[in-house]
Amino acid sequence: MIRVVLPPPLRLLAQTGPEITVDVTGAVTQRTVLDAVERRYPMLRGTMRDHDTQRRRPLVRFFACEDDLSNDAPDTPLPAAVARGDEPLLIIGAIAGG
Amino acid sequence: MSGVRVLVGTKKGAFVLNADGKRKSWDVSGPHFAGWEIYHMKGSPSDPRRIYASQSNGWFGQVMPRSDDGGQTWQTVGNKFTYDGVTGTHAWYDGSPHPWEFKRVWHVEPSLGDPDHVYAGVEDAALFESRDGGQNWTELSGLRQHDTGPKWQPGAGGLCLHTILIDPTNPQRIFVAVSAAGAFRTDDGGATWKPINRGLHSQYIPDPTADVGHCVHRLAMHRSRPNVLFMQKHWDVMRTDNAGDTWTEVSGNLPTDFGFVIDVHAHEPETIYVVPIKSDSEHYVHDGQLRVFRSRTGGNEWEALTKGLPQKDCYVNVLRDAMSVDSLDPCGVYFGTSGGQVYASADGGDSWNAIVRDLPAVLSVEVQTLA
Repeated sequence: MIRVVLPPPLRLLAQTGPEITVDVTGAVTQRTVLDAVERRYPMLRGTMRDHDTQRRRPLVRFFACEDDLSNDAPDTPLPAAVARGDEPLLIIGAIAGG
Repeated sequence: MSGVRVLVGTKKGAFVLNADGKRKSWDVSGPHFAGWEIYHMKGSPSDPRRIYASQSNGWFGQVMPRSDDGGQTWQTVGNKFTYDGVTGTHAWYDGSPHPWEFKRVWHVEPSLGDPDHVYAGVEDAALFESRDGGQNWTELSGLRQHDTGPKWQPGAGGLCLHTILIDPTNPQRIFVAVSAAGAFRTDDGGATWKPINRGLHSQYIPDPTADVGHCVHRLAMHRSRPNVLFMQKHWDVMRTDNAGDTWTEVSGNLPTDFGFVIDVHAHEPETIYVVPIKSDSEHYVHDGQLRVFRSRTGGNEWEALTKGLPQKDCYVNVLRDAMSVDSLDPCGVYFGTSGGQVYASADGGDSWNAIVRDLPAVLSVEVQTLA
């Protein structure tokens, strides 16, 4: 069971609380976790990554275990604590604007 | 009993305002989609329970909510807007080539006869349609791939397709407007398009009478006369009597002919409304007075409508999609401001009341007249 924390605009869209859980089989990576999130919450498709290129949207960031993983390759394994369900993957809207 | 539903899109969510046919007492629901920009909402003419909305923000992109119960509940439908074929380039602000990139939906236009058939005007400028209630979107790419496409340049608000008018007597004929390319018409349901900008004069572009490059802010049509269109251009109020083949200026005695909105009375096709804005660098009403100007002669002769509107220290803007009319008798006229007020007139503009006063900045106002 993978824990994922959504930013408030996506909680509103998915009609969830701050944290959701998804099941991932095989390697636990940004790609497999986001695939699982989008399968469970199809209204989030296109909001975190581009429909066609699957690239992270520019103002979306990924954090876990106090590290910024935003620029990791999508198939890089996430930290073991995330894979075990001890720590969540944090999806964050970048702090921008004034 | 008849009623009116006003759909208000704002910078921070959507609001639905309901009243009975007297239009005296209003129920306000919202914010829906709190915190998101709602560029536009519009109901289907053939099923007023069906409403489409454009929901977006800079972080998480475009979402398309749809309601099947008049705005009480919403579901998310398709948000995949992929340009057809090799996208190529348009002109950037400095004239250099710039790739076409989808940013957001500015305007949704349900078709006249089928609630599942809907058009979307997007930035960067293109026209999409869905025939399955918004689940899947296909570009009508003949517009963007017009020979002039590489010359289209964004206006200050972006390269946006913001107006879609369907000829009620011939759904194969559609008019659209793009800032800052101009107006276009298709007579074959969107397969091919022609610029319809003859007669426009834009002194801020290298060739003031060019085929394209005009910053058209809004078009309006009365359904009984689909060959007559009215236009609020960046500067100048214009009209055509031949479906856009030629335009003539009808700014007449307006205090300034810059503005964004223009609309037509529901029962009087020669009665039109604009809200003059001071200038392209000062996007607020002229002289600190919020005045709607009405012409009963299809332009040129304008009267200021001020009763119930602030006449001092007012510096709001009224954006291009933020005016609409109902079809009751007398005709109701509605508009929303950058200050969050939605004003309504139940007497064709003679007098006004703020039906809600402190919303986030209003981006769009659409009205549904309910049987």
